[in-house]
Amino acid sequence: MTEIRYLAPRTLEDAVSAFAAAQGAASGTARILAGGTDLLVQMRAGVVQPGTIIDIKKIEEVTAITEQPDGSFVIGAAVSGATLHDHPRFGKVWPGVLEAVNLIGSKQVQGRASPGGNLCNASPAGDSVPAMIAAGAVVTVQGPNGRRTLPVEKVPAGPGRTTLTPGEILVSFTLPARPAGSGDAYLRMIPRTEMDIAVVGCGVNLTMAGGKVTAARVGLGAVAPVPLLVEDAAKALIGSTLDEAALEAAAAACRAACNPINDKRGTIAYRTKVAGVLLKRTAAIAAERAGRK
Amino acid sequence: MNVITPTENKWIGARTVRPDGADKVTGRAAYAADTTMPGMIWGKVLRSPHAHAIIKSIDTSKAEALPGVKAVVTAKDIVDFPVDKSVMLGIQDMRWMCRNVMAREKALFHGHPIAAVAATTEATAAEACKLIEVEYEVLPHVIEIEDAIKPDAPILHDFLKHEGKPSNIAGTMVAKLGDIEQGFAEADVVIERTFRTRPVHQGYIEPQACTVSYAPDGRATIWSSSQGQFMVRAMTSLLTGVPQSNIRAIPAEIGGGFGAKTIIYLEPVALLLSKKSGRPVKMVMSRDEVMRATGPTSGSFSTVKIGAKKDGTIVAAQGTFYLQAGCLPGSPLRGPVGCSFAPYAIPHVLSVGYDVVSNRSKVAAYRAPGAPLGAYATECVLDELAEKLGIDPLELRHRNSAKTGMKAAYGATFNQVTFEETIEAIQNHEHYKSPLEKNPRPGIKRGRGVASGFWYNAGGESSAQVNLTEDGNVVVTTGHPDVGGSRASIANVTAELLGVEHDRVSVIIGDTASIGFSNLTGGSRVTFASAMVVTQSVEKVIGQLKERAAKIWKIDPEAVIYENGACRPAGPNAGQFPPLALKDLAAKANETGGPIGAGVQLNTQGADPGFATHVVDVEVDVDLGIVRVLRYTAAQDVGRALHPSYVEGQIQGGVVQGIGWALSEEYLYDRQGRLDNANFLDYRMPVCSDVPMIEAVVLEIPNPRHPQGVKGVGEAPIVPPLAAIANAVYDALGRRFYSLPMSPPKVTEVMDMKLAAE
Repeated sequence: MTEIRYLAPRTLEDAVSAFAAAQGAASGTARILAGGTDLLVQMRAGVVQPGTIIDIKKIEEVTAITEQPDGSFVIGAAVSGATLHDHPRFGKVWPGVLEAVNLIGSKQVQGRASPGGNLCNASPAGDSVPAMIAAGAVVTVQGPNGRRTLPVEKVPAGPGRTTLTPGEILVSFTLPARPAGSGDAYLRMIPRTEMDIAVVGCGVNLTMAGGKVTAARVGLGAVAPVPLLVEDAAKALIGSTLDEAALEAAAAACRAACNPINDKRGTIAYRTKVAGVLLKRTAAIAAERAGRK
Repeated sequence: MNVITPTENKWIGARTVRPDGADKVTGRAAYAADTTMPGMIWGKVLRSPHAHAIIKSIDTSKAEALPGVKAVVTAKDIVDFPVDKSVMLGIQDMRWMCRNVMAREKALFHGHPIAAVAATTEATAAEACKLIEVEYEVLPHVIEIEDAIKPDAPILHDFLKHEGKPSNIAGTMVAKLGDIEQGFAEADVVIERTFRTRPVHQGYIEPQACTVSYAPDGRATIWSSSQGQFMVRAMTSLLTGVPQSNIRAIPAEIGGGFGAKTIIYLEPVALLLSKKSGRPVKMVMSRDEVMRATGPTSGSFSTVKIGAKKDGTIVAAQGTFYLQAGCLPGSPLRGPVGCSFAPYAIPHVLSVGYDVVSNRSKVAAYRAPGAPLGAYATECVLDELAEKLGIDPLELRHRNSAKTGMKAAYGATFNQVTFEETIEAIQNHEHYKSPLEKNPRPGIKRGRGVASGFWYNAGGESSAQVNLTEDGNVVVTTGHPDVGGSRASIANVTAELLGVEHDRVSVIIGDTASIGFSNLTGGSRVTFASAMVVTQSVEKVIGQLKERAAKIWKIDPEAVIYENGACRPAGPNAGQFPPLALKDLAAKANETGGPIGAGVQLNTQGADPGFATHVVDVEVDVDLGIVRVLRYTAAQDVGRALHPSYVEGQIQGGVVQGIGWALSEEYLYDRQGRLDNANFLDYRMPVCSDVPMIEAVVLEIPNPRHPQGVKGVGEAPIVPPLAAIANAVYDALGRRFYSLPMSPPKVTEVMDMKLAAE
């Protein structure tokens, strides 16, 4: 039997140094444990066999939700979906991000699953990631060389891989302050109604004024090796009244951005088609939430 | 045995609390994996990494040398059944069973057992499996039927011949009536279509598991999850050479079987590991092993041709059904060949089935084995026929219903046909009469479909023992694992016949040493058969009670009657005595002649077939291709619902499995012939929120050959849903789907093609 070292540091500094040390050691890989809803499943399936597990849930900063004076939100990487759901304000400001985070797993899984884990698991189909991309979230990471920030879409590098460097730990997501007339939404296509994984996921974040879109961001999941920021779709929406021509142009941009695979969960043709369908439906909900002003 | 009890019963038909309910909802129920024993060790199976390969050598020496490893077995430890001589156990041929339990000459599918190890821990056993060195000669593999029947297909078994040549067609089955060519010549309208279905798994929650203890005196005890402890005993005996009398098979609670647990995988392996190691051995399959290596039911490739007169009279029906057997012969041809046309009075029928082997796991029984895929083809063609003739699809079925006394193409003459009643139940149902808004919102289409189904049902061997306890209560022992509420039904029957409160009756399932031979729980037979033997046992007990009362009263037993739970003098001439209740007589049992109890063992006869007619409304999200079931109503003649909740449960469960088969479930293989979705995430069975509440319309037309009028229930309800849903999707979209599942990518593909064509 392989032995596993379990560490639960109370500070980020301790976590980073333990993580860097364990990754450097010859005794196998080290893994960060947030909710564990991916890690523990992968360990049981024999997919990963970490020598060291570093539980970050005892670190205050990675489990906190803070609404800053400027209206931005800082969400700790290990905040659970259920905790985020129960926050009195977050869901009112970012309903799309919240519904995406709340789609990670079942009710039971929500008690543990976190947006940080969802991002760092680096599945192309992670539900929260396209919504975070649409929201323009910026992540803070801390490593042996200190802190840095980067846009959320820069974290995934490919299926199961991130751009984080050895010893780096995801600390938090910062979601920007909301101008008036903003709304976001997330939709995913799953064949079942529950207990399933996104075949395509789409996040849309809009700001509207005078019936026109003044700002837009679009994130797509499960259609490429990494979740995508679709800037061409956003461009097609900005300045429009979300008329059919603009929506179709944005949908076409989404389809063009797709680089999916044929697999057991969907075909290339199906995923590409659905990316466009979901863009239109998600944009309609986001616009409704923005008040279509 | 001629007492069909009146409908104003106290317990028969009551929704009593099921005897196993509290244990199941509180987690106390003991399933197979819950058994542990002192000194117990763990068995693990090494499985083939290839879909098709000759096993040139197996070297287990490194595994045996690993500390903690106590035993290793390979095919050479399993009793060999040479391929040239069939040895049948029920419907299973031991030539194939021995090669399925452990690969012999060749590995025939990815996941085929090659060897097994028992070690002190699960992890050690798994590690030891990796140390077994197997030399393979990898062969080309074949997965799909169309590929397997090509002239140049890789041949799985040289000894299988079709039309004189080595072939993957392992066998055929034919049912015929009249002259098919004459029949089609008489037809005004003929429709012929080809259909495909994918293999689907039974999807039970509890993986196969067993613990086996082989003692130094040569006696073995097996605790396992199965649909028949006597099947476990017999099959294990044949595969290990241990006589049946030395094997005691104890049935655990079963966490779902649906037919799949009518064969075994682990028990003989665990027995041999236990014999070699001298320790009790436990084996539990993972979900991956269950999906990869236990039987799904067959995928199929079928052509159905039906001809009718302009007035809707069907004159000829022809079916050609190719079924996947998996890697060894034995697909359920009897299902489509016999059932597809059975509900209909058709003078000219030719129904032919082909059993096709390929490099997949061997199929196992699944609820009405084979019948759903046959009905899918037949009932979809009938829908087209009705449309072409301008006749309501239910009316078309009604006009052509088989009749009592008619001979079916599969050979039987029907004693009682109640098909028309199921059609009328749907025709008269509010669901069928209510309008359906076909375009409720942009992008959403709705449709309604109907289909019918037939299942043989069965009787067969059952044993029961009914004993009175000293404190005046009742213990009933049967020999059937309870998969769907049979204990609850038997408790109702016993309480009714003995005139005692329901909570004074305990129903337990005996092991192979404590009750007489009882055939499998399968074929929709258990409630029918066990109610029959329990009724006869209770009648004997009542006879004993009358004798005891007569003895106490010193009158003739003929002068004693038993009613409302007590013996009474038959009339004034018999004498004036206060009633003697069952409880009083049980207390006086020893002084009046000894313990009171009786058992009956029978090969039960008189099972009548099951007929079902269903109507379903679906809603299609056209752009996403998602089909959702909005409303579902299923009518079935059940004879008598001994316990309505479990009759409804069987109907609802069958329908839900049919919904999965129609819309989302399928086995997906990669290019190397490996199953690509061996888990419940990617093998998409419907979850609770995917299905509406299914309304079961329970028709009770008593079976005159059963004491309570019971007919089998469990299988007929999975037969109509595939076609009913396909017909509803057609109604919604104007497009027919000739292959299942109607998954979102398939629906959008067909709709995009339709758009392009328009």
